[in-house]
Amino acid sequence: MAGGLFANEFRVDAPAPGEIMRRRARSHVGFLAGSGFVLLVVLLAVFAPWVSPSDPFTQDLDARLLDPIWGKGGDWAHPLGTDSLGRDYLTRILFGARISLTIGFGAAIISGVVGSTIGIVGGYFGGRVDAFVMYLINVKLALPGILIALSLVSVFGGSLVALIAILGFLFWDRFAVVTRSVTQQVRGQEFVAAAEAVGASHARIVTREILPNVMSHIIVIASLEMAIAILVEAVLSFLGLGIQPPTPSWGLLISEGRNFMFFKPWLITLPGLALFFLVIAINLMGDGIRDITVPEGRAR
Amino acid sequence: MGRFFVQRLAVAVLVAITVSVIGFALLRVSGDLAADLAGEDASPAEIAEIAALYGLDRPLHEQYLSWAANALGGDLGQSLFTNEPVMDLILERVGVTILLSLYSLVLALAIAIPLGVLAAIRANTSIDRAALGVAVFGQAIPNFWFGLILIYLFGVLLRWLPISGSSSFAHFILPTVALGTAVMPALMRLTRTGMLEVLEADFIRTARAKGLRPGAVFFKHALRNAILPVVSLSAVSLGFLLGGSVIVETVFALNGIGLLAYESILRSDFPVVQSILVFVSLAYIVLTLASDLINARLDPRIRLG
Repeated sequence: MAGGLFANEFRVDAPAPGEIMRRRARSHVGFLAGSGFVLLVVLLAVFAPWVSPSDPFTQDLDARLLDPIWGKGGDWAHPLGTDSLGRDYLTRILFGARISLTIGFGAAIISGVVGSTIGIVGGYFGGRVDAFVMYLINVKLALPGILIALSLVSVFGGSLVALIAILGFLFWDRFAVVTRSVTQQVRGQEFVAAAEAVGASHARIVTREILPNVMSHIIVIASLEMAIAILVEAVLSFLGLGIQPPTPSWGLLISEGRNFMFFKPWLITLPGLALFFLVIAINLMGDGIRDITVPEGRAR
Repeated sequence: MGRFFVQRLAVAVLVAITVSVIGFALLRVSGDLAADLAGEDASPAEIAEIAALYGLDRPLHEQYLSWAANALGGDLGQSLFTNEPVMDLILERVGVTILLSLYSLVLALAIAIPLGVLAAIRANTSIDRAALGVAVFGQAIPNFWFGLILIYLFGVLLRWLPISGSSSFAHFILPTVALGTAVMPALMRLTRTGMLEVLEADFIRTARAKGLRPGAVFFKHALRNAILPVVSLSAVSLGFLLGGSVIVETVFALNGIGLLAYESILRSDFPVVQSILVFVSLAYIVLTLASDLINARLDPRIRLG
């Protein structure tokens, strides 16, 4: 078809934007692998009580520090062995996924709401408001995140809710930086001027015109921040200030296994690998969503 | 230059003041300082006496101002645990943290720059994808866990390197690898993106067209222009490393201010925690300010734009 310069725009059978994205998603290996693995972990976490071979808290002092199935005397009763109190390690790791995912989702949602609000307000109103937003971002960047998190957790305790709140309110800066600059770009577009001309309120313009255009960026950052929150929770729990025993958190499992790592290294390698693969999968998923929804934002 | 310099400096001072207020507030939300100072079995009257002695019964803004004035004069108060001046505790240990941060940054740059340049020159080939894989790996691997794995491999199985302490250069090798891995990916991605942009520029085509060797084109002409953002990020990373070394220092029992902060948090020694917090923040502010000013000097578009 010898179309003119704009041929594609006049074709009635041109694919809809949603269809284009679905096509991109289906051919994006990283996205498929990443989101597939994340989905698997989510399912395993949700159905942990049914899929795991035993209970995460039941101790069996006669069956302490058993080797996994590939080790000496491995037994299908405990496919990944047992920990120092005889608790089934596979079960502990499966239940640990619940903690990581809950904290990851919770913290990403809070930091997403906080950071995007700050960023959009700064980018939309500009001027002094924006100067204040930049000042807030600068203060946040200057504070050492891990140290603040450790201090706050030691003051407020390492409950699940406290951890989600602390991590959520600590890692909003990336949301603010990105939504601020995207909002600035969208703000200058004609459709925003048109909405202003017909007398739309600020609230309406922000929710109807700005937000839909910033949303894909927010989702991409949310996936990255989720991975970071999961890693920081693991660190806090590893250092003994996050999730408290006997709750199975991956960071805590690594910390508990540390005393035995010279003879039973799998006690630290297994939960570490779980953490590592979940974070890689979330990152691949996030990079994939970026390529699919905002391909111009790709680092080529 | 003058106006940009003054503006940037004013923001830095404002941020520094805010950070110090936050540090001060952290000490106050952490509990009743007078009760901590008085000891466990002090009577309410004794606690009130201590509060009056240290000025803890005065309004908060007065307390902040006198604390800030003392801090500016080099007096950061005393540790609740050892009763030593906090300044002495920090000065004793800050050298280890600075060394670890610098080693880690050097290691990260030594990997990030060649890898980033290579990935850009061979963009969209398997070399590029391998470099990206290294970045994804470095970003996802949990720092503390990587440290433990290194301890197991090189300290226990192979017995090549010491696994804890800070008395010799060898003690720094494993912590440097663990910490350097964390900051390398961002530096590598930035080098790659910068190189890709520069390689498309006209002056590179000219350089190629006049027959310069590819090595001269890439390293002399292109890298020099692509490196500017990498220099800024290095300064920012150094600030991050000073605060982020707490994990690696704890895993390797490396006696720097990160380990000091962790130990102080565990024993609720908040005057020390607060001082380290403010110290690390100020270091970050000074480093980013310096990198902004250097960039503005090198690139007139920033200071005039």
